[in-house]
Amino acid sequence: MPDNLVSADVAADPDLVLDVLAAPPAGAAPGRGAPASAAAVTTVTTPVAPASASTISGGGGPRRRLAAGTPLGRLVRRPGFVLAAVFVAFVIVSGLVPSLFTSYGPSATSPADKLRGPSTTHLFGTDELGRDLFSRVLHGSTLTIKATGGAVLIAIVAGLAIGVISGFCGGWVDGLLMRVVDVLLAIPILLMALTIVTALGFGLVPMAVAVATGIAPGFARTTRAEVLRVRSQAYVEAARTGGASWGRVLLRHVLPNSWGPVGVLAVLDFGTAVLLISSLSFLGFGTPPPAAEWGTLIAGGRNYLITSPWLALLPGLFVGLVVFSLNHVARSLEEVQR
Amino acid sequence: MARYLAGRFAQALLVLWAAYTVVFVILHVLPSDPITLQLSAGGADISQLTPAALHDLKARYGLNDPVGVQYVHALWHALHGDFGMSLTQNVSVGSLIADKLPSTLELTAVSLPLMLVGGFGLAHLAVFVRWRPARTLLARLPAVGVSLPQFFVGLLLIQLFSFSLSWFPATGSSGWRSLVLPAVTMSLIGASMLAQLLTRSFDDTWREAYIVTAQAKGLSRGTVQRRHVLRNACLPALTLLGILLGYTVTNSVVVEAVFSRNGIGQLTQQAVLGQDVPVVQAIVLIAAAGFVLANLLVDLLYSLLDPRVAHAAGTG
Repeated sequence: MPDNLVSADVAADPDLVLDVLAAPPAGAAPGRGAPASAAAVTTVTTPVAPASASTISGGGGPRRRLAAGTPLGRLVRRPGFVLAAVFVAFVIVSGLVPSLFTSYGPSATSPADKLRGPSTTHLFGTDELGRDLFSRVLHGSTLTIKATGGAVLIAIVAGLAIGVISGFCGGWVDGLLMRVVDVLLAIPILLMALTIVTALGFGLVPMAVAVATGIAPGFARTTRAEVLRVRSQAYVEAARTGGASWGRVLLRHVLPNSWGPVGVLAVLDFGTAVLLISSLSFLGFGTPPPAAEWGTLIAGGRNYLITSPWLALLPGLFVGLVVFSLNHVARSLEEVQR
Repeated sequence: MARYLAGRFAQALLVLWAAYTVVFVILHVLPSDPITLQLSAGGADISQLTPAALHDLKARYGLNDPVGVQYVHALWHALHGDFGMSLTQNVSVGSLIADKLPSTLELTAVSLPLMLVGGFGLAHLAVFVRWRPARTLLARLPAVGVSLPQFFVGLLLIQLFSFSLSWFPATGSSGWRSLVLPAVTMSLIGASMLAQLLTRSFDDTWREAYIVTAQAKGLSRGTVQRRHVLRNACLPALTLLGILLGYTVTNSVVVEAVFSRNGIGQLTQQAVLGQDVPVVQAIVLIAAAGFVLANLLVDLLYSLLDPRVAHAAGTG
């Protein structure tokens, strides 16, 4: 039974939708109670919208969704995914409230303890001024999360808008927008970001805008492809025939069903953004000291590489782990959807 | 075929022009004033200048003209290979780039074979090894390579091979020894991406019907892999290779910063730090040109390697 339910939920199979439209079979969408007398449009939407919500947010569904066959159930059964997700959650929480995990201040110096190696008192050791490196990494997370979150948010909004407009309007609008996207894609992301940083100056906000500009074109591309795919599905046609306006079709049918690959790309882009932002701050375009993003910490630790390698390598490893976890979460989501 | 070539070429030029324009718009229309930037980067205070002196200074760089006129001027000169004067270093941008480009190209020339060997080698192993744990590990390894930041890899290599083992020098650009670590660092991401793509591609190809036929004929696994799988799985890798090759300049930015190599990447970093608009503009154009050129080459190779593409191009 669960398998049947999943395939109906995830794929939003047009045939099934048409079946529902005609006469709901006993097994499909049980408990939703779409009465036979309901308008065609609502009957069509019911199996579609909640499905994608549960695929992405992963929560809130009724308990039976946790059965082995459902997407969330399959995700929870992957130890790698759980580990990666927990680590990402830890980084986010510790970035937002660093005091939960460390008792040291990020700029509290203690010359007596300078350049100590990693130990139980100082997990990541201390830097040249005796500051606790672990605390500095966690406080760096705050800045990096802000910049990354901002960048991905801007990229999602801009990319979604361009992709949806392009895929929905078609014709010359589509042609024009996609040529612009082509050109933006021909400029490597890091160089694009560097160009924006040159124009806007240094700091957190310029970096976020710069990275967003680099990511958005790819996002627009994927969204457009998804919108085009969903648009040609039978249920969109059915909804149109049922009298739904294009706006309603867009919000209720196209967007929820395009969300799968786009959501995966968004998680993947978080990883890209973390890499880019730490690269930019490594190159010296981040917030000025004493505040330090991950990249700035690593660049600073570089000068002590011979005597105190942990200063550069531990934060570097931390960044690598964050990116790897994000990529792994994205990949698991992608595989589960298939 | 000739029409296809001409069309592809014109398209490449169009993309280049558009990329130049986009960067020009970003650098000139966003609220920033190159002269103020340059002066503050040089440590001078803009308020110490008299308006007349500021005007003269701007006139020297042609910054008083309307943006449209500046754009036409810049584009015209760029078409003739003249990218203007650097704002921070008193030399022409063209000579700066000509000075730094060879060192970066040298680095790329070394890292490209490393990338190919690493990518193909890993993918081959991942498909060929039969012991399951090793197979899983090999298939997962590229995902790690893609996630590690370049600066971390570079610093790790320096720590291991320069400071601990003193096999290779940590910095500088003299002799082949100084090329090894930067080239390995630079090739890592490309090799990982290549390995990821190839592993998937190999796996898919092994499931094809013609592989069963080949095996039924009595060919060994090695021969099937070499003769049938490799050749068919290679084509998608070629596209990726074009993209990776096109990213040379970008890749060199972080690597050259880590290894203090004097190339285009370091020039980029300096130019952005000094907000040297003409240099940034020229570098992005060169990077885009590299990208477009690499992709053009790949498209041409495609039509040579895959008769179907050539046929479609010839008839369509």
